Amino acid sequence: MEDLFGIPAPLLFGQLLLGLINGAFYAMLSLGLAVIFGLLNIVNMAHGALFMMGAFVAWLLLDKLGLGYWWALLLSPFIVGAFGVVLEKLFISRLYKLDHLYGLLLTFGLALVIEGVFRNEFGSSGLPYRIPPELAGSWDLDFMFLPIYRAWVVVFALVACLATWLVIEKTRLGAYLRAATENAPLVQAFGVNVPRMVTLTYGAGVALAALGGVLAAPIYSVNPQMGSNLIIVVFAVVVIGGMGSILGAVLTGFGLGIVEGMTKVFYPEASATVIFVIMVIVLLARPAGLFGRA
Amino acid sequence: MPITRRNLIVGTGAAAATVQTAPRLGRAQTAGTIRIGVMNDQSGLYSHIGGVNGVAMAQAAANEFNARGFTVEVLRADHQNRPDVGSNIARQWFDRDGVDMILDVPTSSVGLAVAGVAREKDKAYINVGAASSDLTGAQCAPTTVHWVYDTYMLAKSTGGAMVRAGGDTWFFITADYAFGHALERDTTNFVRAAGGKVQGGVRTPFPGTSDFSSFLVQAQASRAKVVGLANAGQDTTNCIKQAAEFGLTRRGTKLAALLMFVDDVHGLGLQTAQGLVMTESFYWDLNDRTRALTQRVRSRLTGNQVPNMVTAGNYSAVLHYLKVVSDMGVQASKVSGTAVVNRMKAMPCDDDAFGPGTIRADGRRLMPAFLFEVKKPEESRGAWDYLKLLQTTPAEEAWRPINEGGCPLVRS
Repeated sequence: MEDLFGIPAPLLFGQLLLGLINGAFYAMLSLGLAVIFGLLNIVNMAHGALFMMGAFVAWLLLDKLGLGYWWALLLSPFIVGAFGVVLEKLFISRLYKLDHLYGLLLTFGLALVIEGVFRNEFGSSGLPYRIPPELAGSWDLDFMFLPIYRAWVVVFALVACLATWLVIEKTRLGAYLRAATENAPLVQAFGVNVPRMVTLTYGAGVALAALGGVLAAPIYSVNPQMGSNLIIVVFAVVVIGGMGSILGAVLTGFGLGIVEGMTKVFYPEASATVIFVIMVIVLLARPAGLFGRA
Repeated sequence: MPITRRNLIVGTGAAAATVQTAPRLGRAQTAGTIRIGVMNDQSGLYSHIGGVNGVAMAQAAANEFNARGFTVEVLRADHQNRPDVGSNIARQWFDRDGVDMILDVPTSSVGLAVAGVAREKDKAYINVGAASSDLTGAQCAPTTVHWVYDTYMLAKSTGGAMVRAGGDTWFFITADYAFGHALERDTTNFVRAAGGKVQGGVRTPFPGTSDFSSFLVQAQASRAKVVGLANAGQDTTNCIKQAAEFGLTRRGTKLAALLMFVDDVHGLGLQTAQGLVMTESFYWDLNDRTRALTQRVRSRLTGNQVPNMVTAGNYSAVLHYLKVVSDMGVQASKVSGTAVVNRMKAMPCDDDAFGPGTIRADGRRLMPAFLFEVKKPEESRGAWDYLKLLQTTPAEEAWRPINEGGCPLVRS
């Protein structure tokens, strides 16, 4: 067996693949954050809680209505997205004119409230959610077992990221959105309903978080804390990629997933910190982030 | 230190807000009140083990005891699994809020830190939720009692059973802090003593690890027969779920969940958890007394949960403590935590959760250890019917012999 850096090559390939899978989650979540920040200028600290809600809605759909994974994949983002629209209308829309910090504090508070409600209602031991039978099982790749479901997560996340990027960069709707961030009154003067567009953008960012939650439900147990474990890492990803840069968020998401995976082989104790070390270095060298425009 | 959202709360100075503060009263008014402070993880990865239900069970015991001549107040705080937060709360409780006894304190790093504070202030400290056997070993204190379980007892019961079943080569996935290290150490001793071998291990950052697939693949590559999970709570459930996903068990590798609670089985579902063996000192469906207790307290618990080893421990510990307070008198019991704990050691314990037992000189509460196997889905008769008893280790054999722990209290 050949060794690379003192590690058997098959093990290394396995770890690369695993890093990519984790990167898929980072990419999905940081994408939603980047969209919301890029277009609304809101640092959405509630993103983790909304990710968790996505998973819970999937569980509720199954438990209360008997609707399985595929329905959840479709319905959960809609339901949680609608919830996001309500949040935006009721609270967040009042803060656009203020400093970023107010939005951060508000959404942080909302996250605590949402998590508290779920903890109270469902306890915190977590609820089981099974992998859909169509995606159960795993492929024996010789160097490791690759669970089919994990492969599905990577593919699905890639498609979702690409689709979002296309909508924002290549469609007329995306052009309106980008224009509205630059100069809202002017776009409004052309007859575009900017406030509604902004609300729906927030809803769409939230729906992406919920989609991530549904994807995560079969891998992690569905519990009220599942979002808070991820959110800070995801923020680091967005900062490294460049706040508001959509392509940057996606690429750094996958890239940092791989870096973290490698750290787990060479120095596991540091695997939770490595992303933040990178963040510090990137901020020192390029304060606007790797893909950000200074 | 990994940055988590909960750390941020502290950073923004909100930590104090998570402590429920007792009203400031004059000395005369506090004379007839015993304050019990339940400190545990109320929002993080161990919150399902004790959390708010741990507080509810302590309150249930206080209500059932129905003290004559004094009142009992139960306070609570969230230590967020951080030793610095835990010690601060303990100091605040003892110095400012007139707390007489601190209870629960899971997460061994915090549990050990608070033990130091209680010793310094000469206040009674009953640890229920933490596992490190050091609480009654090298770091024992005249003010500490350790109630329901420890790493030695888990290692002996679960680890011993795995080795006897032929699992003689081990790989550890260890939570990188006091508890994980102690559990790995104690299990390693049993594995080696039985002629087994430890082939390697990884230490995973704590808290903040939710994906263990990388570590599991490393474990698989080591070709060890048993993967020992020296972690707890969501770390353990995530490991078990992901091990099933990555085909570890299909290739014949056995998982040893060295610390697992009935709530973890609930979170995993029987389909995934079936066949795992685990050690507990309490199970709600163990006998008539445990069933009666469960019946009485169930409505107090959130999330439709049943009492587990730790929340039942809080109940049991409060009852015994209040018996001693009632016996000594409130004033006398406020003078010295050491005196209270000595009295607790002298008085035999008995309650519905754990039955009769005693507390040893090193602070170890003695009780039998039960080895359970998780039922198959078709064996379960309903919600929370998850475990079947495999083996009972009597109280005399379950715990580390008193002279082997290195507790200075024993030598004197």
